[in-house]
Amino acid sequence: MKTQALLFLVTGLLLTGATHATEAEHIRASHAWLRVLPGDLPAGAYVTLENSGDQPVTLKGASSDAYANVMLHQSSNEGGMSRMAMVDSVVVPSHGTATLAPAGYHLMLMKSTHPIKPGDTVRMNLKFADGSTLATNFVARPANAVDAGN
Amino acid sequence: MKLRLPNCLVLLLLLITLVTLAGCHREEKLPFRLTDVSGHMPELDFKLTDDHGKPVTGADYRGKVVVLYFGYTHCPDVCPLTMAQLHVVMQRLGPLADKARILFVSVDPTRDTPPVMHAYVNAFDPRAVGLTGDPRDIEALSKRYRSAYTREPDGKDGNYEVSHSSAMYVFDSKGAARVLATPADSQDDLVHDLHLLLDNGNPT
Ligand SMILES: [Cu+2]
Repeated sequence: MKTQALLFLVTGLLLTGATHATEAEHIRASHAWLRVLPGDLPAGAYVTLENSGDQPVTLKGASSDAYANVMLHQSSNEGGMSRMAMVDSVVVPSHGTATLAPAGYHLMLMKSTHPIKPGDTVRMNLKFADGSTLATNFVARPANAVDAGN
Repeated sequence: MKLRLPNCLVLLLLLITLVTLAGCHREEKLPFRLTDVSGHMPELDFKLTDDHGKPVTGADYRGKVVVLYFGYTHCPDVCPLTMAQLHVVMQRLGPLADKARILFVSVDPTRDTPPVMHAYVNAFDPRAVGLTGDPRDIEALSKRYRSAYTREPDGKDGNYEVSHSSAMYVFDSKGAARVLATPADSQDDLVHDLHLLLDNGNPT
């Protein structure tokens, strides 16, 4: 009886331990960059997310002290028309990758709180469905950059 | 003695002249890799304002190979990508690119004033020109090339997006429409076709 109870307890603890890792802890962010546009025009931010976990991870958005407004968006090109729409989330498959890149998923940055110039580093907190966050440094690149440049 | 040409000979001469004239207007066939629209789209013509605030028409760009693209500066993702890619294309063309112009036509003239356009196009390429103007003139130009755009409903902060055609139209130095490019097309092909147009008739 006692042994069984103990076993339950240990198993329970182990399970708790296993599920305790947050979504953010399974994510590795790379190629994080944003495009600097003249004036205070809305700009796009991009990043590659790698999920090392056994469960899919859901990116819900991001926030930054450098911008008043950060939104998760998706650009599309159907029937020759370029469109952009807000999306709720982007799923990073287990042991897989999700890419936020020009002409696809991106973070739209609006109303910078201070001037940002190419070469600057902008810290953003990526937010996941379980509430966990991942602080990620985005490199500010010139308007005519096509990628992270590395 | 007066030389009198028979009527039929006069007619024949007239016919030859007409055919030759028509021939001058027909573009030389070039081995384009992208969609060849030669003879299927009207020549470059518009009445807009450039990013220096100067009134311009299509005729002002004769002598230059033109890449025409519709977009707007508040477009955070696709427009900057297209302009950045066109900048790469210009770089790949080397000195030949000096005879080319990227005409970025705003489909959002309310927000895109000449100074806004000036800062915008110069952030991408020295050969890029920003064109804005009366909404009716922009619509006329868009319709001329069967291009389209729609203003989407305002967001809660008053910001709005404009959905727009993603095609790029290439005109030769005489203003004739020659090639249609889409974002799905390869950059190598665009460089190839622009190279053909820039080399052609401009022996250096
Ligand atoms: Cu967007």
